[in-house]
Amino acid sequence: MADLSKNDEAVAAALDVPVQRGEPILQVRNLQKHFPLTQGILFKKQVGAVKAVDGVSFDLYQGETLGIVGESGCGKSTVAKLLMNLERATAGEVFYKGQDITKLSGRALKAVRRNIQMVFQDPYTSLNPRMTVGDIIGETFDIHPEVAPKGERRRKVQELLDVVGLNPEYINRYPHQFSGGQRQRIGIARGLALNPEIIICDEPVSALDVSVQAQVINLMEKLQDEFNLSYIFIAHDLSIVRHISDRVGVMYLGKLAEIGTDSEIYDHPTHPYTQALLSAVPVPDPQARANRDRIILTGDVPSPANPPSGCRFRTRCWKAQEKCSTEMPVLAIPERFRGQDTLAAHESACHFAEERDVVHAS
Amino acid sequence: MSTIDKTASVPAPRASGEHNGPLLEVKDLHVEFHTRDGVAKAVNGVNYSVDAGETLAVLGESGSGKSVTAQAIMGILDMPPGKIPQGEILFRGEDMLKMADEDRRKIRGRKIAMIFQDALSSLNPVLTVGYQLGEMFRVHQGMSKKDAQRKAIELMDKVKIPAAKARVSDYPHQFSGGMRQRIMIAMALALEPDLIIADEPTTALDVTVQAQVMDLLAELQREYNMGLILITHDLGVVADVADKIAVMYAGRIVEQAPVHELYARPAHPYTRGLLDSIPRLDQKGQELYAIKGLPPNLLKVPSGCAFNPRCPKATDLCRTEIPALVPVTEQDGADLPGRKSACHFWKETIHG
Amino acid sequence: MPDVTKTADAAVVATPSVDAPAPQAKPEKPRSLWGDAWRDLRRNPYFIVSSVLIFFLLLIAAFPGMFTSASPTAGDLVKHYIGKPELSKIGSEGWLGYDIQGRSVYARLIYGTRASIIVGICVTAIVTVLGGIVGMIAGYFGGWVDALLSRITDIFFGIPFLLGAMVVLQAFTERTVMVVVFALAFLGWTQMARVMRGAVITVKQADYVHAAKALGAGTTRILFRHILPNAMAPVIVVATIALGGYISAEATLSYLGLGFAAPTVSWGLDISAGVQAIRTSQHILLYPSIMLSLTVLAFIMLGEAVRNALDPKLR
Repeated sequence: MADLSKNDEAVAAALDVPVQRGEPILQVRNLQKHFPLTQGILFKKQVGAVKAVDGVSFDLYQGETLGIVGESGCGKSTVAKLLMNLERATAGEVFYKGQDITKLSGRALKAVRRNIQMVFQDPYTSLNPRMTVGDIIGETFDIHPEVAPKGERRRKVQELLDVVGLNPEYINRYPHQFSGGQRQRIGIARGLALNPEIIICDEPVSALDVSVQAQVINLMEKLQDEFNLSYIFIAHDLSIVRHISDRVGVMYLGKLAEIGTDSEIYDHPTHPYTQALLSAVPVPDPQARANRDRIILTGDVPSPANPPSGCRFRTRCWKAQEKCSTEMPVLAIPERFRGQDTLAAHESACHFAEERDVVHAS
Repeated sequence: MSTIDKTASVPAPRASGEHNGPLLEVKDLHVEFHTRDGVAKAVNGVNYSVDAGETLAVLGESGSGKSVTAQAIMGILDMPPGKIPQGEILFRGEDMLKMADEDRRKIRGRKIAMIFQDALSSLNPVLTVGYQLGEMFRVHQGMSKKDAQRKAIELMDKVKIPAAKARVSDYPHQFSGGMRQRIMIAMALALEPDLIIADEPTTALDVTVQAQVMDLLAELQREYNMGLILITHDLGVVADVADKIAVMYAGRIVEQAPVHELYARPAHPYTRGLLDSIPRLDQKGQELYAIKGLPPNLLKVPSGCAFNPRCPKATDLCRTEIPALVPVTEQDGADLPGRKSACHFWKETIHG
Repeated sequence: MPDVTKTADAAVVATPSVDAPAPQAKPEKPRSLWGDAWRDLRRNPYFIVSSVLIFFLLLIAAFPGMFTSASPTAGDLVKHYIGKPELSKIGSEGWLGYDIQGRSVYARLIYGTRASIIVGICVTAIVTVLGGIVGMIAGYFGGWVDALLSRITDIFFGIPFLLGAMVVLQAFTERTVMVVVFALAFLGWTQMARVMRGAVITVKQADYVHAAKALGAGTTRILFRHILPNAMAPVIVVATIALGGYISAEATLSYLGLGFAAPTVSWGLDISAGVQAIRTSQHILLYPSIMLSLTVLAFIMLGEAVRNALDPKLR
């Protein structure tokens, strides 16, 4: 026991070392989450598994924003929960400063939590309706008393409210007295309270009104610069992801289909799913719309409990061939672009990757 | 609006096929809700009209009154706490608010149908999809069970549900979100209505499915020559299918325009702000333009123009006087058909 | 709390009629959900009627001597023969008549209140705490803990409530208040456990619980700061309504001769005695029955009013 807690302390100490800008701060390796499907009430028997996340690997560099996009059910929210340790990974590792955090518990996990925080999607359910704003944000200091001494907590909460653009006098109000955008600011203030290095944002603006979305996005960008934060920004809105992200990963059925810088993904997509996704985005410009390349996919996303063999996208892909059903494509720079000085040379999990610009009007 | 003459508002005979005005016309509609915190003025004098074969998009954020207006048209407002203190809703020239409940029910479903955002909760989970589709024919047209089933399959084919024959006896939860929304559309189409009101029909769907459903809706509308009122908050969806757009804010229409014109030259600061605040897919922008402030609280709508506390152009005039929805013209005074703006400074906004 | 009441007053003043314009921009004060519910409750006539009734019942139970100077146990057989009610003499010893043994029916109603109220409150308190804990543990931890606790709950739930209480009572020779309370609580907790379990499972999935976990909050904090306050509402409603039920269950048991026995004064015992004299002196049965019904009704009404105030769907 004593040994264990010593180990915990060593872990905690290791986490205090700062990471240089541009160095990887979070390394995700072959992350998997399978939810077992069981039958029977008393004697449960596993009859299968929903492969919500099925082997995802990526790096998050210090100070950058990594966007993760995909349709509902692609596993992007599960990735957020796994990174936060709200769900235990079935397999794979998440290295934070070289330390695998998926197996941590107790004090070491608590120390990690100080540095990795989360902003939730729905500002209406992510704040406890029976607590005041002061208590909601101040709770972080109750849990991590070392961050702020008792006498200073109230002042710190007010400071945080001010940082996210809320009136510090609102400290005694309850969540239902705020609008959606204001609530999301409270959620962001809570995420900032511990002065974390990484914030994982799970659809942080999709529940907000259009006119308020921009305010929150701007706030998040400002805070990133101010506090030197790294973001993982999970969303289904491709326009917003492009705006805020330095790099973007596209997920489909529990796997990454394509990952690269924003320009690589949006202007030079090589995976057919990315192309279809981008071409389907409604653009608020009727003129440009008419001239755009549109790919309308048929059918729906298959069930993650029973994904197609080989390439998971093949059932909806217009390029699918025999090879796609037998051989799973790996996420790597496609051979034909390897060594070339082109933005198409980025990681893409497709046997027949080729560039197609679907975003710009021809 | 102006084409309607006095005689049109007189209740027309039952078979009003010869009515010449717009299919549906909303005139000076007001809706308020009596809550424990006071009276929430959800709709404050809305005017709009739709012709057969035309798509009107009603664009607005939460609390703009766009959905409440639609519910008032359908007659599915909860009253109380809702109340319609004034206004007219003319369907083929007949005021539905003055109709007997029985007559109104005949219009609902048969002449005007509605598609909701959440298809799963709009379908009865314990009845098969075929039964629910067939119900329209059994109840409204007294068809036999067998004929109704056949009709249901036909409809499912129409909305392009694969293997309709095999899936007609499936339950709603066995369908994906996109397929359920198609079933909702099939249901709305069943009695070949003259007008469909679609309230955020694709908001709950994924983008790749959204495109399929919107295309289907547009195609069916053309085929049946229906009027379509599309209620949405998504400027992208609107750009795709609408003919004309009405932008709502705090229960009023602040701008009305044909779709291309609105995007090219907004004539209201709110519309302009909305357009500027959306990030672009095709280029990486700098800091986003953000409309400052919060959406209005309907319990205390600001005096004058409701947008004034958030408007960069607001003056004292805006804080005291409610701007009327007036026609917008070119700089030289030339007509801009179909364009209106409720801003004291529309000239500066569109031409400046 | 003082803040909340003040806001409530302001709102009441500001909206005397439905057509009044929205209240002028009053400074928005902190308003907790409980405070809002309280504001709603105060305007609900059912709440007012039921709480006035319950207030009087509690007062009677606490200070029976304030309401009558007559003794509930001293019988004068002579009065039995002249025992018809004289309703005009409100509050006097004999205004509701005398029972077979010549005891004042009014005095017995007053003194019988205490037994009923004590049983009702004690059973509800025990059942809410016990059932609440079981339900909370089962709902929060899930898995085999839930499976085990839920099956145990189901086993107890399967035994008919009154039958179970009767069996328990048979085991005791002396039936004190605590024995009766125990007999009713023995099976009563299952209902609360089920309600609490359901509420906890719903609340457990809320994002604010995930958020607290993400901050590193411990199980105790999550349970008592986040889950319990949000899962309480349905339990409070069911407990209030059930309180009336326990009172009537006690009366039923006493009527059957299994609850309280002679020197204790109880409405159930009086109803039982009244049935025997139903041909000649209906009043002996009538007044305890009315009292019992009113009490049960008061608690059910209160529960309904609380439900309406707490129901988030009406918000």
